[in-house]
Amino acid sequence: MAVKKISKVQPEKFEFNKKNNETAESIIKNYPSGKQQSAVMALLYLAQKQNDNWIPLSAMKYIAKYLDMPYIKVYEVATFYSMYNLTPVGKYFFQVCTTTPCMLRGAYNLVDVCKRKISEEENRLSEDGKTSWLEVECLGACVNAPMLQLNEDYYEDLDPTKLEQIIDKISNDEVPKPGSYRGRLSSEPENTRKTLIGNKNA
Amino acid sequence: MLKLKVNDIDVEVEEGTTVLQACEQAGAEIPRFCYHEKLSIAGNCRMCLVEMEKSPKPIASCAMPAAEGMVLKTNTEKVKKARKGVMEFLLANHPLDCPVCDQGGECDLQDQSMYYGIDKSRFKENKRYVPEKYMGPLIKTQMTRCIHCTRCIRFATEVAGVPELGAIGRGENMQITTYLEKAMESELSANVIDLCPVGALTSKPYVFEARPWELKKTETIDVMDAVGSNIRVDTYGWEVKRVLPRINEEINEEWISDKTRYACDGLKNQRLDTPYVKINSKLKPSSWDEAFKVVSERISITKSEKIAGFIGDMTNMETTYAAKDFFEKTIKSENLESRYEKLYINTNVRSNYLFNSSIEGIEKSDLIILIGTNPRFEATILNSRIRKNYLKNKTEIISLGDVGDLTYPYQVISNYTDTIKDIIDNKHEISEKIKKKKYPSIIFGQSVLKLKSAPYIFEEFKKYLLENNKISDDWNALNILSKNSSTVGSYDLNVLSKNSSYEIFNKLENNNFEILILFGQDNLNFEKKNEFIIYIGSHGDKGASIADVILPGATYTEQDGYFTNLEGKLQKAYKASYPPGEAKEDWQIINELSSFIKRKNLYKDKNQLIDSLINYLNLNNKNETDFEVPEYNFKSEKIITEEIDYYHSNVIARASKTMSECKNIRMSLPKTGTDN
Repeated sequence: MAVKKISKVQPEKFEFNKKNNETAESIIKNYPSGKQQSAVMALLYLAQKQNDNWIPLSAMKYIAKYLDMPYIKVYEVATFYSMYNLTPVGKYFFQVCTTTPCMLRGAYNLVDVCKRKISEEENRLSEDGKTSWLEVECLGACVNAPMLQLNEDYYEDLDPTKLEQIIDKISNDEVPKPGSYRGRLSSEPENTRKTLIGNKNA
Repeated sequence: MLKLKVNDIDVEVEEGTTVLQACEQAGAEIPRFCYHEKLSIAGNCRMCLVEMEKSPKPIASCAMPAAEGMVLKTNTEKVKKARKGVMEFLLANHPLDCPVCDQGGECDLQDQSMYYGIDKSRFKENKRYVPEKYMGPLIKTQMTRCIHCTRCIRFATEVAGVPELGAIGRGENMQITTYLEKAMESELSANVIDLCPVGALTSKPYVFEARPWELKKTETIDVMDAVGSNIRVDTYGWEVKRVLPRINEEINEEWISDKTRYACDGLKNQRLDTPYVKINSKLKPSSWDEAFKVVSERISITKSEKIAGFIGDMTNMETTYAAKDFFEKTIKSENLESRYEKLYINTNVRSNYLFNSSIEGIEKSDLIILIGTNPRFEATILNSRIRKNYLKNKTEIISLGDVGDLTYPYQVISNYTDTIKDIIDNKHEISEKIKKKKYPSIIFGQSVLKLKSAPYIFEEFKKYLLENNKISDDWNALNILSKNSSTVGSYDLNVLSKNSSYEIFNKLENNNFEILILFGQDNLNFEKKNEFIIYIGSHGDKGASIADVILPGATYTEQDGYFTNLEGKLQKAYKASYPPGEAKEDWQIINELSSFIKRKNLYKDKNQLIDSLINYLNLNNKNETDFEVPEYNFKSEKIITEEIDYYHSNVIARASKTMSECKNIRMSLPKTGTDN
């Protein structure tokens, strides 16, 4: 993962909409007065949500002024965390986990599918402009490896064919069912369950 | 006090010191990259590991506060092995380009890898590459060499007060950069070059010029402003290659301003290296004898009261003293002046024109009022002290009129002289503040001393401060911020025209003088008519362009000379180089000119001049002043803080290409800047 590239095409202006403005104010209130800078991560996330899932430079400046902190400090935070996208992403955004457990279970095969079916490079829009993909670090669903995150949902226990099917569905604007693709209920054992047998809810 | 044991040596340290400082007190040297005395603690290079009893792992000594009863070891095998490990990681991504790196020979990483490095690398993978970053015309970057100590970031944020540097990305991909690669907008920016322990940030104007061991190093002082920063001048043959700061806790700590550091290339441009005489309204090169002859003939046929002399902004005290003797003894004229405009200076007491709180003392001040001054440009180093004070104590800082960004917040109040009258008459809220505070500092800039009501403001304010017991042996709240390095020295030598009605300036404006001798003075504001102008100086600038005879002199790096800084400290600048071509040291020119006119030298040699000068200073020369405070009245006027062309404020800076480049970039910033 190299340093994130900044999009060359940048909107001139960014401002929170009314709802986000209220949310931002309430987030800032969570911190003691004078420590409003602590809200920077939450505000960046708000800005990302508002702006089609990516943060333009104007939004960073807007937030820096909003929180009375230097531009570079906001910029540092935005480039540090992988959850902030600094270039436009697709309406359907695939984040493929490639950390060790997923990698051992074949995450790079999924990456190959993404390269083939979406775009050659990470963070570049597909030809129809609807999808893009990104390799990310551990998403915390190692028991269901390999997995990826599509927008807000996890798609687990994948293999290349299954991912291809998902991408095909997506390109027809159908949203496939999230969760395990080997029929598991969350992370239960695949074959016979050996623990918590007496527990109904398990 | 805490008692510790370092390598079986007992030390006592103050509470709040770090383990690293304690080890140093015990005489143990600790290697470090990120730790710096003047900056906050980061603790990210891990080079300063030491062993502590009862700790299973070695500890980072720079970040660990010293505690009672600690037992530390700094030279065990374990420590050495730990540091070797750290060094190996630091070198994993560091390029092997010392032969082409400007830092070579004065590089912390190079030095320390001699002790802790291993001869080959176990890192078989590709080394990373980081693209170069643009940081302005002074700082050359080679970010592949960066070891992420973050000293530069901390310096920019804490000392310089321009939080423009930051670390983007993370882990192996971390990169140090300015926001969107803009030039650093600070007058202290080049100090990051000294701070950088490796060759990531090096000096752009000095790139591939010389190796440190080839240079002759002369410890001297700076004359770009009145602060008198302590510097080291590195020369290669005649040429001044670079200027570096020297540590002086009382004046510049470890920093110098960009002008001090980079105006040195102005020392080789536009130089006057041979005497010139104007023949048929054209300046023609001539010999010294010829030039002296022209001058002495002209002086001998002119009435002494028709001759006036002006001392320049970077003239050393020897020259000033020689000029004073020359005017008193050789010409017998009283028209010698060190100011270049009508400044009100009451020379009866020395403290009337000094920065009495002292540069170091400003740090303990609890209220700072700026009147007609912009310390950021007039005395950059002093401004960083004010900022330091602000950061430490959140001191209230008030300015009459908005003077722009000073790198710290300040309250702006009305910039009419009425405000000062109100303060003096106890009608202003600030009066109460001044009375309440123990160490207030009122800083008068030169812009206020040239006002019509300057005598009123100065004398009445002083009276007010005396009444409220703010001028005492303990603390003197009255400060004058002089702009030029020669100013205080020439006041000490009493080189001011005798009365306070500025007759000399009126005569100058009315073209009443027949001969003007400019001792490096380029800032006079008058229209030349029939005056015969003799310019003694180093650079072909405004003064030389109107001159009829030019006698080439030396700059501050080419002659020994005393300077008194704005707080009244007498310091000596040493000769690092020699004057170019035919040029001579300034005092020599005056001495020889005198022998041409009177057939008699003023001094036998320079020692005699210095003895006589020091004698004069010791004799508390203030007895001699006959300064009479004029009758003054209050006048309501606006205090306009004169804007300073920071990068072009004197002849050396104006001749410097680097300074011009800085100026262009600073001027283009607001235009291309992305601030909305």
